Order: sequence, then C-alpha cells, then structure tokens
Amino acid sequence: IGKITGCVFPLQGAGQDVGRSCILVSIGGKNIMLDCGMHMGYNDDRRFPDFSYITQNGRLTDFLDCVIISHFHLDHCGALPYMSEMVGYDGPIYMTHPTKAICPILLEDFRKITVDKKGETNFFTSQMIKDCMKKVVPLNLHQTVQVDDELEIKAYYAGHVLGAAMVHIKVGSESVVYTVSVNKYAKSHISAWIDKCRPDILISESTYATTIRDSKRCRERDFLKKVHETIERGGKVLIPVFALGRAQELCILLETFWERMNLKAPIYFSTGLTEKANHYYKLFITWTNQKIRKTFVQRNMFEFKHIKAFDRSYADNPGPMVVFATPGMLHAGQSLQIFKKWAGNEKNMVIMPGYCVQGTIGHKILNGQRKLEMEGRATLDVKLQVEYMSFSAHADAKGIMQLIRMAEPRNMLLVHGEAVKMEFLKGKIEQEFSIDCYMPANGETATVTTNPSVPVDISLNLLKREMALGGPLPDPKKPRTMHGTLIMKENSLKLVSSEQALKELGLNEHQLRFTCRVQLQDPHSDPDTLHRIYTHLKSVLKGYTIQHLPDGTVMVESIVIKVSSSAEDTNAKVLLLSWSYQGGEYFFTALCIVKRLMYQ
Amino acid sequence: MAAHLKKRVYEEFSKVVQVTHEEAPAKKLRLSKPSKSAALHVDLCKASSSTDALQYLLTFSRKPVEAESVEGVVRILLEHYYKETDSSVRLKIASLLGLLSKTPGFSPDCIVDDAINTLSSEKSHQVLAQLLDSLLVIGSQLPESPAVRLRLIEVAYKNLSDSSFGVRTKCLQLLGCLGLLEAPLGKDSDGPGPSLAMRDVQSIISDYFGDQDPRVRTAALKAMLQLHERGMKIHQIIYDQACRLLSDDYEQVRSAAVQMVWVLSQLYPESIVPIPSSNEEIRLVDDAFGKISHMVSDGSWMVRVQAAKTLGSMLQVSPHFLEQTLDKKLMSDLRRKRTAHERAKELFASGEFSSGRKWADDAPKEKLDTNTVNLIASGACGAFVHGLEDEMFEVRNAAVEALCQLARSSPSFAEKCLDFLVDMFNDEIEEVRLQSIHVLRQISTHITLREDQLDTVLAVLEDSSRDIREALHELLCFTNVSTKECIQLALLELLKNLNKYPTDRSSVWKCLKFLGSRHPTLVLPLVPELLSTHPYFDTPEPDMDDPAYIAVLVLVFNAATSCPTMPALFSDHTFRHYAYLRDSLSHLVPPLRLPGRKQVYGLDSVDCGSGSGSVESAQLFLQQSLNRVSTIQNLEAAGAPELLDLTIRDLQRLGELQTELAGAADFCATFLRCQLLLMKALQEKLWNISVPLILKQNITVTAAAQQVLDESYKLEFLYSGLENRQVATIHHVRLQAKALQLILAARTRHGLDSLISSCEKFLQDVESFQRLFLTELPHLQDSFVEKLLELLPRLSSCKPVEQVKILQTTLRQSGLLQLRLPEQIHRATATIIEPTGESDNPLRFTSGLVVALDIDATLEHVQDPQNSVKVQVLYPDGQSHVIHPKPADFRKPGPNRHRLITQVYLSHTAWTEPSQIEVRLLLAYSSSCSSRLGWTDAMDSLHPAEGTVEGTIPFSKHVKVFIMPKPARR
Repeated sequence: IGKITGCVFPLQGAGQDVGRSCILVSIGGKNIMLDCGMHMGYNDDRRFPDFSYITQNGRLTDFLDCVIISHFHLDHCGALPYMSEMVGYDGPIYMTHPTKAICPILLEDFRKITVDKKGETNFFTSQMIKDCMKKVVPLNLHQTVQVDDELEIKAYYAGHVLGAAMVHIKVGSESVVYTVSVNKYAKSHISAWIDKCRPDILISESTYATTIRDSKRCRERDFLKKVHETIERGGKVLIPVFALGRAQELCILLETFWERMNLKAPIYFSTGLTEKANHYYKLFITWTNQKIRKTFVQRNMFEFKHIKAFDRSYADNPGPMVVFATPGMLHAGQSLQIFKKWAGNEKNMVIMPGYCVQGTIGHKILNGQRKLEMEGRATLDVKLQVEYMSFSAHADAKGIMQLIRMAEPRNMLLVHGEAVKMEFLKGKIEQEFSIDCYMPANGETATVTTNPSVPVDISLNLLKREMALGGPLPDPKKPRTMHGTLIMKENSLKLVSSEQALKELGLNEHQLRFTCRVQLQDPHSDPDTLHRIYTHLKSVLKGYTIQHLPDGTVMVESIVIKVSSSAEDTNAKVLLLSWSYQGGEYFFTALCIVKRLMYQ
Repeated sequence: MAAHLKKRVYEEFSKVVQVTHEEAPAKKLRLSKPSKSAALHVDLCKASSSTDALQYLLTFSRKPVEAESVEGVVRILLEHYYKETDSSVRLKIASLLGLLSKTPGFSPDCIVDDAINTLSSEKSHQVLAQLLDSLLVIGSQLPESPAVRLRLIEVAYKNLSDSSFGVRTKCLQLLGCLGLLEAPLGKDSDGPGPSLAMRDVQSIISDYFGDQDPRVRTAALKAMLQLHERGMKIHQIIYDQACRLLSDDYEQVRSAAVQMVWVLSQLYPESIVPIPSSNEEIRLVDDAFGKISHMVSDGSWMVRVQAAKTLGSMLQVSPHFLEQTLDKKLMSDLRRKRTAHERAKELFASGEFSSGRKWADDAPKEKLDTNTVNLIASGACGAFVHGLEDEMFEVRNAAVEALCQLARSSPSFAEKCLDFLVDMFNDEIEEVRLQSIHVLRQISTHITLREDQLDTVLAVLEDSSRDIREALHELLCFTNVSTKECIQLALLELLKNLNKYPTDRSSVWKCLKFLGSRHPTLVLPLVPELLSTHPYFDTPEPDMDDPAYIAVLVLVFNAATSCPTMPALFSDHTFRHYAYLRDSLSHLVPPLRLPGRKQVYGLDSVDCGSGSGSVESAQLFLQQSLNRVSTIQNLEAAGAPELLDLTIRDLQRLGELQTELAGAADFCATFLRCQLLLMKALQEKLWNISVPLILKQNITVTAAAQQVLDESYKLEFLYSGLENRQVATIHHVRLQAKALQLILAARTRHGLDSLISSCEKFLQDVESFQRLFLTELPHLQDSFVEKLLELLPRLSSCKPVEQVKILQTTLRQSGLLQLRLPEQIHRATATIIEPTGESDNPLRFTSGLVVALDIDATLEHVQDPQNSVKVQVLYPDGQSHVIHPKPADFRKPGPNRHRLITQVYLSHTAWTEPSQIEVRLLLAYSSSCSSRLGWTDAMDSLHPAEGTVEGTIPFSKHVKVFIMPKPARR
C-alpha cells in the first residue's frame, strides 16, 4: 500500500571518489532532502547537484518538506547556500547544534578560496551563507522534532566527527533511517547507537563497504612512538593537517600522551581557522567521546595544556618541538614553509597523516623523492625522515552491519560506492539478515513497498467483555480470536460489538437458525426417546446446560432437539435438531452423541 | 587484628546480652504495648480525611515498634485497611505490613492469614503489588514453615494472570524466592490448594518468558535465577527459551538472559544441542559461549559489559571456540590485509626491525574469497576483538578481565591473546591500562614476550602515573623474555625510568633483581658490556652512589647466583662493590659463592644456604630459645634476667637474618622484654628498702610498669595472625603491669579513696579477663591470673591495703607464662618512601595558608588500614597534628600489603628560618576489652568510655621535612 522512494541525485560526471551526497526521499507523501553536498573536484556547475531535476519549473519550497544535513563536511553541506539562496528554498533545514556552528565557517572558508583566490563569479556570497543559516533549525540528540503534523525526525549520535548525526524520519507508520559513514572516525565498531526502531529503509553510505579496519590502537601507538622517539633525539616533528576533524583528534592524542608521559617539549598549532574550530570543540564537549567527556569533570580537554598557538618565529627555535600546520598536503602555506626550514636536518621528521594528491610535495616525499625542485630552480635536499601514518579510519563493513543489527530495518539502501563493492556488501547483508538490499545508481530511483499497519479503534467495553470470556489473561502461549463488527466510516476504522454496530447503523438483528433432520428407527414412544436422549446427553456432556423443557424438547445450550414420529411408521422417528448460527460448534458434538445412542 | 578481636569479643558476649534482655525489661514492654497501638488507633480514628491518615501513617512508620506490640499494630492497621477507600492509604498500610513483619524478634506467622485475606478484596493493582511485596517479606521471614510458603505460592499463582505488570512482577518474585525446590512429598497434603502449588514452578515461570511486558520478562528471568541460587536445578528445556530472549528488544531482558544462559551452560556443559539450519550438533557450553560472545557486540553497553564478564567464567569451552574469539580478518577493497600484529610478528621472524617508514607497507595482499569473510560477528568470532575495542571503557575492562580468566586456564590461549593485551597497554583510560598490566602479570607464567611486544610494554615505563609504573615493574619481575637483546632493552628502559622518576628507585632495583635471577644465561653474554670491562685495559671505577650503576649491579649479581662462570668476568672493584652492596642492600643482593673470597663473608654463613632448610632451622632455633626460657619457674628465679637478656638478643638477631620469621621473633622478643621488665621491677631489694628511699626507685619502676603496658598494646595490635591464646597471654601481661601499678600507687599515695577506686577497677579488669578468656584459662596454669582467681573471693571482701599485699605476693610468686607461637605472626610495618627527608630545600609557603606535602608509604601486614593508619605531623614547637587519610588513598598492590599515597596539609605561623617538622605514621587502636558489654546494667550508661583504651602506636620511622612558612606580604 505504502511506498517509499529513495532517489540519488544525478551529479554530472561524478566519479566514484569522495562523496557529493544529496538524496531525495519520498515517504508517506512527504519529500525530504538528505544532505546537500557538493563535489570538490569540479570548478563549474557540476560541483553542485542539479536541482532542476526535482522540479522543472515550480519552486523548491513547494516540493520539499524539509532538508536534513547530517554533518558539517562540505561534501554533505557545501551546496546548501546555493540551493537555499540561489535556487531558492525557504523551508526548514535541520542540523545538529555543532554542525550549525561549524558549517558556516567551512562554507565561508570555501567561498573565500573560490571567489577571492580563484576569482570566480556566480558563487554564493557571505550574506547568502548568513541568510541560509537563518533557515536552519537546530536539532538535539534524541529529540523528536515535529516538522509538520505527520512528519517527525529524530537525531542519533553517529560517531565522533563533531555533531554528526543519524536521522530517523517517520511519517505515520513508515520510517527511514539515514546515516552517513557511521563512526567514520570513531575508535571502534560500536560507537553509534540507535534504537531498535525497525525502519522500513536504512540508507547508508557504502564507500568503504569492502574494508574491515584494524584496531586503531596499533596505529595510534605507532604514531605516538615515532613522535616520542624524534622528540627524545631532540628533533622536530612536523605534522601537516587540514583544519578540522583529524587535527583535533591528533591534538587530543598528543595532548594526553604528553600528559601521560610527562613530556615537556612544546606542541604548536598553527593559527587561523583551527583556533575557531577548537573553540567550537570546546563548546560542544558533550558531543565528543567518552574519554573526553569523562575528563571534562577536571578540565575541558580542548583547553590544551601543552598545545600552544604557533608563531612564525618559533620555527627557528632550538630544541625539540611538534608543530601542526596547515595545509595537509604540503602544497602551500605554513606547512610548506616549515618543511623547507626543517628538511635539511636528519633528526627531524614529517608525519603525513593522510592521503596526498599527486603533484604535491607531500606525494613526492612519500614516494621517496629526496631532492625536490622548488620554484626558482632551487633544489631542496630532503634529509628529514618521512613517515606515513594512515589515520583514515573509515566506517567499514562491520560498522554498517552492526548498525543493521541494531536498527533491524526491513530494507537496506546503499548509496555512493563502486558497484562491485556494493555488490559484495549487498550479498552479505542479504545473506546475514535476509532483507532486501537496493543500490540505486546516480539519478536512479529505488522504490520500496511497505505494509503500513492500519490502526483500528476498538471499544473498551468490547475488549473487556472478550477478555472476561477467555479465562485467565494473559495466556502468552496462544493468540486469541474475538468477535466484533468492523465499521469503516469516513477515514476511521472502528471495531465494536455487533449489538452496538446494529444500533449505530439502525438495523434489526436477524436470527439465523439451521435445522437438521435425522431419521432413525426406534421402537419407543416419542417422549421416551426424548427422555432417553436427554438422560444420555446429560450423562455424556457434563458441564453443559441441558434442559428438558415441558413442551417436548431438549435444549443443549442453544440447540433444540425435538422428536417426532411419522404417522405411518411409529418406529421411524425423525429427530429435529435446530441450532442458531452461534451454536454451531456444539451442534456437531450433540449430533454425534445422539446418533451414536440411536444406532446402539 | 583489632577488628577480628572485636568481633570475637562481641560473639562471646552475645549470650550475656540476650539474658539481660529477657529478664529485665519485661515490664517496660508491657507498658509500651498498649500505648503504641492505642496511639495509632486514636490517630487513625481521628483522621478526618485520607490525607490526614496518610500523614499519621508516615510519621508512625518512622518510629520503631517493639516486637511484642507488632501484632496489635497490624490488627489496627488491617482494620483501618478495610475501611479505607483511598488507595494511597491502603498502599501505605500494605507497605507497613512488610516493614513491621521485619521487626526483629517478631514472628509474622500470625498475620499471614490476614495479609492474604486482604488480597482477595483488593481492586487497585498498585496496592495489590505492594501487598504481594509485603507477603514476600513475610514469607522470607518464615523460611521454616512450608505451610505458609505453600499458601503464599498459591496466592502468587492466582495473581499471575493479573493484567498489571507490577502485580505479575511481584508474583514472579514471590515464586522465585519461595518456590519449592522439590515437589512436595506424595499426596498427603491433599486438597485443591496444594495441587496448584505443586505444579512445576519452573514451567510456570518460564511461561512468562514470553510476556508482553519487558519488565515481567525480566522478572521471570530473575525469578529463575533466584531459584538457581537457592539450589534448584534448572531444567535444560529453559535453554532454548533463554537463548531466544537474548535478542529481546529491551536491554534489561537481554542482560538477564545472558545470565540465564550462562547458568545453564554451567549446569549442562556437556549436553549436545543441534545447530539450527544444519544437522550438526555441538556441546551446550560451546553453543552458549558463541551466543554470549555475540552479545559482546550488543547495542547496549550494559549488556556488553555483562556478556564480556560472563565469558571469563566459561572455562569449559572448547579451545577451538576460544581461539575464535581472537579472530580478526582485515580487508581492504576485498583483499586480505594483514593485521598490525601479523606484520609485527613477520618482521620479527624475518629478523628485521620494524621500519614503519615504508609507505603502504600495510598494503593489501591477496584477494579474498568473499564467502569466507565474516562481516558480522557470528558466534564467538572476534568477540574479544570487539570487546577490547569497545567505545566504553567499562566494556574494555570487562573484556580484559575475561581474557585473563580464560588465559589462566589455557596456556595456548594465553599465548594467543598476548598481542591483544599488550595493545591494551596503550588504552586511553588509565584504569584499563592498569588492569591489562595486572592481567599480563597474572598470566605471565604461561608466556614469553617477543622483542617487539616487550618494546611496547617497556614504552609504558615512562607513564607519569606511579601506579602504572609500579604495576609494570611488578609485571617485569615475573616476565620471561626470549633474547639477550630483550634484557638489554629492558635494562635500558628501566634506567631511563630511573632517571626520569628517581622515586622509583627501590621498585626498579627490585624489578632488576628478579629479571637477573630469572634469566642468568641471557645476562651472561652482556656482562662485559654492562660492567664496561675490557680485556686489556682497566676501566675507571664507576660511582658507587649512582642508582643506575647499582641497578646494573643488582641485575648482574642476581644472575650470577645461578651462573657460576659469571664472577670470572668481574673486575676488582666489582667485588668490592659486591661486598658493600651485600651489606647495605642485602634484600636485593644475594649471597654469591665467590672464589677465594669466602672468608671475608664469614658472617654470612647463616644465609649462604638460604632456602627452605634455613627457615626450618631458624624456626627450630626460635623454638629452642623459647623452650629454654620456659625453664624459668617464676619471676624471681636466679639467673633468669641474664637468660632473658640473652634470648632477647638472639631473637632480635634472628629476626634480622630471617625475614620470614621477623614477625615471630620480634613478637617473642617484645614479650620477653616485658617479662624482663616485670622481673626487674619486682626484684626483692627494691621492695625491701625503707620508705624514704623508695621515691627514687619508684620512678624507675613506674616507668617500667608503664612501658610494659605500652608494649602489651603493641603486642596486641601491631602483630597480625595472633590466636586467642596469645591474646590471652598478652592480656595477662597487661594485668600484671596493672597490678604492679596498683601496688606502686598504694605505696606512694596515701589517699584511701583513690586507692579504693583503683582497687575496684583492678578487680573489674580481672573479672573481664576471666570472662574474655574463659576457654583459655586451662592453659594459664600456675600463672598470676590463676592464683588471683583462686584468691578472688578473699580479695573482693578484704580491705584495699590487704588486697595490695596479697597482690604483691601473688605477683612475685607467679610463674613465667609460656609463650606458644601461632603459625604465622607478622608485624605491621610502615615505610615512608616519600618524603625522603634528604632534601635541603625547604618547602616555602605563606604563613596562615596551607601547603600540601605528598606522602607515599608502604604498609605491610596492616589490617583495615583505612581506619587504623594515621599520619602524625610534629612541629618544632611541640605541636602535633594527627591526620586521617581518606580511604581512597590506600591501594592494595598485593596481599598483606598496602600503599598509602596521600597529601597532608601543613600550616603554621611565620618562622624566621626554615626548620624541620617530623612526619610519621601511627597505628590507631581501640580495645573494647572491658567495654560496656561487661557491666550488666546501669553501669554502662554511666561510664561509656570506661575500659575502652584508645591509643596510637607509632610504627614507622619519622621523616624530617624542611619547611619555611614566610610571613604574608602586605
């Protein structure tokens, strides 16, 4: 009866790499947009989703009931100002508090790079970002928000990108859970938690569908060991990072390690964007993981004790130090400057905590290049140690499976991933949970049919009466049938007792009686036969009301038994058994008994 | 010790208490009975509205009710109950029923019928539930009455079909607590009732496993567990049902189901269960293990903790299943990836040390067959891998604990889980790190650490938490390592640790001692390097005071005990250093058989053959000394003082040499010293001189008596492992000292009143002694007390002066009490590790404000240190403060060992120059020997503190700390 459609947006030429999430869901007549991401790889129109796909000429506001943003990464919220301000959407946009706080910073930063540095036009302005943010309605975890009378949404914690959430969307009895790469950065397989809400569809990203991660602890230990060794030798450590997420994670890691090992060497953090981000991490401490939350009783973890702001002049200071600098691929900016200064000393070390794009210095040194050509024909000897530290702990297949186990969805929808990998995961899901799994391609629509339950009102009196009938309650062993009349009126269904139904509909009750004739030979007189039947029934059917009525009938519950003999043959008796429609069950027993008696 | 003693004292007296209760206050009770219930009755009648009545009941419930009047009160309450229309008042009455039936001394069987009757007319579900709860209380008060039980069970059955979850829950509880363990015998108790009650409790309870309300399901499971606890054998049929409940929607149900499944797996480990969807069969315990393992990845962390904990106790599980729990397969893009553990192992095997510098050395290798990949932990697969990586540290901790238990029973599993445990050393939560270190120590007998693992382990040595470091030292003491590089690595890291945290000195040395004695052959090739000797050249002599050098020597010397070739590699100064260390750090440096140097260490001959034999011989020696002493007949025997003197000296030396017997030897020596002091005090010539000369003598004797008294408290409270016999002996000595004091008092003081009172007090002491040690009296033959008790009738009747005279003669004639040694005596000792008292830098602070001084001390053989150990601070002006440390400041690193790490706050007015304060630890004791229990009636209340001696024994050396309070700057 019901239908939920999930639709993946067409993004021209989008490859299979980092996502550009934008999903449209129609559920119970409501249209919801999940995430509104952009593609970082393009500089033209292709970077934003093609919103004309939704409505050819109408306004978006008329079509969409709400937009929900899962977390602050640009590939999940980058197209938001474009959609709301340039295309035009005035409906509500939902995101969690931390996402709402950090999202505009990233958007502004992104805008600056595109417009101010690359000089592009036809891009959203700062004012547009602000206007867009005004339309945002913040969500709290586990808070059920009523978008309108029928549509409600609820957010769940989804791991430790600050403020990332899973969303449970519900219309009537149909529901959808949307999650992006659950616990992408969380330390374990189980960190996201969701009710056993049994949604009709669980929509999940499957980019890392074919990966099972190793324990993060090993990697962390390696990282810390390397940093520690270098510091002990008196060397300097450079860690190029991007501003958000990973950087904070590494900061916390080093901070606690310094605390634990009682180390004194300074740690610096390059200024700018990160400071603001740290500020928000400080504010939203309750959204972080257990360790950080626990420590908060003593102090806020993000009030770093050992980590200080970096100043350009510090790079020349003697002695060991650790510096976090942006950007992450050593292609420009502060990290590159520091790298140039330190590259000549073999005591120093650079740790690349992430993937580097081809052509960047980061990529070159990772591949073992020891002589770098700088601008102006200068060459740079790379003597320092180069380490690669993979911290990209993405949600793996296990995480997704765990989530399915927790939520118990009826159908699964995998989005964003290579067909082969998704095929693998799909097979696994179908095998383990025996549920249907869909994997629509870009622009394709998947439709899931649901069996919505139909609520029926039942009158309390009827319920009580039926309960009283059936002996002790509850008998968990068997289901119970009950009698009643279903009245469908307008849009409501009602289950009432038949009397009430008759009364309500103004109808008269009709009695339905069945009669059965049994012919038999019996030498006794009519009253004798009847009496015999009566005594026999009385002896066999204990616990039933059996009456011998003066008008020559025997009543067994509601069954009437009458004996008459034909005029010609007094031996040939006709036994009349008459029963009402309700008494059918008893009738056959009675009939059998009587017959057996007669044929004896 | 003190606590134990106290407890025993109470036990002894419990009889006496009861007697008094029965006899005396009968009158009082008769008075209170009508008043109490009457007051309630009046109150309830007065109550105009139900709120008023509720108010009365609330105030009433706060006051205790005497056992005799309970029944009356209950009647009044029930009477009101039937009249009351408001359900909240009825609820309160119902709860009062339960409360009242708990009154000690009241047997609730008389109100059972009334309570059950109330059920039939009750309409409100809440009140019904409360009534059932009260019945439960009544039922558990009457464990001996099967008839009552049967009735209650019947009631429970009847109400099980109630539509309210509360009532059903209570009924199930009732069944669980009172359900009959075995079917009632035969049909002698016929009638319709019992037949209901005779139905199988288990099958009835298990019917409710499928109840619609999760609370009822939980209650049903709990009731079943209760039955199990009470000793009923749960049927195996329940297993399937319990397993089904493991996937319940509600966490409390799942949690209870985990317990249920565990119970069944322990009951029927070997029975065979089929695997659904295949025709294979496995042992039940394996099946249960798989199912509980599955719960380690449950959605609720409470359940995960429960499951992880439970796994640890399933020791019968097959090794095949056990090893699956550590299974982890990694993949990347559908290709198999080796885990970091495997890589580390491989690198180690190939002889190459981890470079970690190669990019993508963890690049995925071979293609995986998609069918073999287990994405979801099915069964036991990877349960511990999940548990150890859980987000909540509680789960990780539970998993570590479980790993430990399983590994202890299975060496092969221990070997396998090593990697995972070592990983946990880097957990972000300290508790987990500490726990995993402890665990590794416990299983260390089964394992040998690889170099890369040792590396990880040793990295923790730099942790700033002292607990962690010490736990790690402890671990290293018990660790086996595989190569000489490992030894070198460990030494290096330990020296680094020593350098960074000099306070760890003793702990590091101890660690190296064990490391050396465990791996002599691995140390041997390292010796030249360690001692920096050279075949041709003389190397400079290292500094003997360098803790690092001492550490190296400790390692080498301990290795040399079982490696006779090693001393050949020592250079001259090493031998000299050995002699020095052997003497100064004898607990760390073992005796060595050094060629040609034996004569130098002649003194050491006693412990050359240090081993169990020497302990035995020492024990023998101790016994012989005691026997020798026991030949002394009485305190006046000639030559006795000399013999005692000699024996005390012997014993003291023995205590120093044999640490195992230190406690016993010390104890005996102290005891004998007491005797010696008494003996000297009683010497004839002292007592025969004329009165004017007496004064001077008196002072010494008084001092002696006081000393004996003090020592007797030390004997009683400082030593643990004493038996009643020894305590009696100690008390006897104390009695003697008191007698001595009394005699002295009689001789000096002339106030008759004071003498009378002190005589009375002494007699009381004697009586209490008699009461306390009634069972020991036969052993105290020919002693002071025995004679005293013989004379007691005479003593108590005569005049004080006469009494003193009698005492004096008895005291002088009494014999020396024989000391029998118990199995194990240990002396409570305390060593203050920090402050060391070596610092010359004064602690400066502004006067009037406080400064915190860190105190770190180890306590040995102290019972209940939380209550007994105090810190005393003595200021130079004679002020002293006693500080009671918080209970949380005590840790228990080992049996009979405690660690006190605390801060004391110092403050003082301004001083002109820095000065030393003294800090020491005190052992507080309180003897309630002749406490209130002894004195029958009114005496109690008059002298509550009479007889209880509270005091403190200093049991650590004092440490001096320089402090300097500066005047506040204005």
